[in-house]
Amino acid sequence: MEENEVTTLWTTPLPGLLITVLAYVVILRVQAACKGHPLANPVALSIVALALFVGITGVPYPTYFESARFLHFLLGPATVALAIPLARELPRLRALFLPILAGLLCGNLSAILSALWLGRIFGANQQVALSLAPKSVTTPIAMAIADKIGGLPSLTAVLVITTGVIGAVMGPWLLTKLRITDAATRGIAMGVSSHGLGTARVYQEFSEASAYSGLAMGLSGLPTAIFLLVLLTALGLLANGPSPLGTPYTPGLYFPSRQAAAIATSGKDFAKTGAKAPH
Amino acid sequence: MFVGISILLACQATGELLARFAHVPLPGPVLGMALLAVLLAAIKRIPEGLATTSDALLKAMPLFFIPAGVGILTLSETFRSAWLPIGVALVGSTAIAMTVTALVMKAVLKWRRTK
Repeated sequence: MEENEVTTLWTTPLPGLLITVLAYVVILRVQAACKGHPLANPVALSIVALALFVGITGVPYPTYFESARFLHFLLGPATVALAIPLARELPRLRALFLPILAGLLCGNLSAILSALWLGRIFGANQQVALSLAPKSVTTPIAMAIADKIGGLPSLTAVLVITTGVIGAVMGPWLLTKLRITDAATRGIAMGVSSHGLGTARVYQEFSEASAYSGLAMGLSGLPTAIFLLVLLTALGLLANGPSPLGTPYTPGLYFPSRQAAAIATSGKDFAKTGAKAPH
Repeated sequence: MFVGISILLACQATGELLARFAHVPLPGPVLGMALLAVLLAAIKRIPEGLATTSDALLKAMPLFFIPAGVGILTLSETFRSAWLPIGVALVGSTAIAMTVTALVMKAVLKWRRTK
């Protein structure tokens, strides 16, 4: 009986929201106590803490995700909100058009090539390597690309977030080592290499720079998709070898809700099996 | 605050509609961001309610990545068999992409100054 009531509670947003926000708040306190050590990244630590909690209590991941879905949804309006720093910086952005474009395109290309190359020489199979290739762009775009080139979209989603965490942890340190002090360059580099999580980190550090980071995040998707399709077609790695620019649009491929929909479907399956289990 | 939320959601919805019906191959929120930036540039000011709501959302943005990130749980099998290439590629490629972007942009900025 009691187990059933806990199960029904998990069909509401209450437990998912509570444990996620609670983990984040506690970890922010811990981070403050660690004097903001870069390795004490709140997102990374929260993910580990929640994965442990969800794993130990035996709540299926899709059940947790459904319950915490509202927070996931807020990524949408938060991404739109990046327009505000963008609008504030617009006059300076116009003046930097050429350097930004050059950095962005070279950064997108190097992200793809180095992910494929490092993945392959350290023994990833082709599917894992192809799932790694779009890891630096924002989750919905990366999943759509992975789907198109023969990677695993669900694997890509996790790789993208892990990339964002790595970028957020390593980025400020690496850019300082490279003696990059200019806010625009720092922002663009973070946005190109670690999308929204990098942008969120930039916002925390220096809110003006997030205009550049958000811009780089928004603009990276298209060149990454085109570079990858051209590259893989040239290497003969695309099964049906679609022409990179003339590929017919597949409805549903580019929607951010795709991942959520996929998880929701599997969530229903889990819910069914989960409901059977106590009997 | 409610004005701000309404504007953000309206831009996101327009972005989603554009992605679906105009077949623009970008996610709805990214299109919504572009749309709102163009609108704000056109009216040349940022409504106060929108600015405060956006700042609050952006401050909390890292939190919103957590539910999807916990999905790492579902992939323990893949990570067990391929942790080395995945780890090296993620760290290495993120560092390479960041370095290349920063250095290219710095070089172009410098080149333009000397021109």
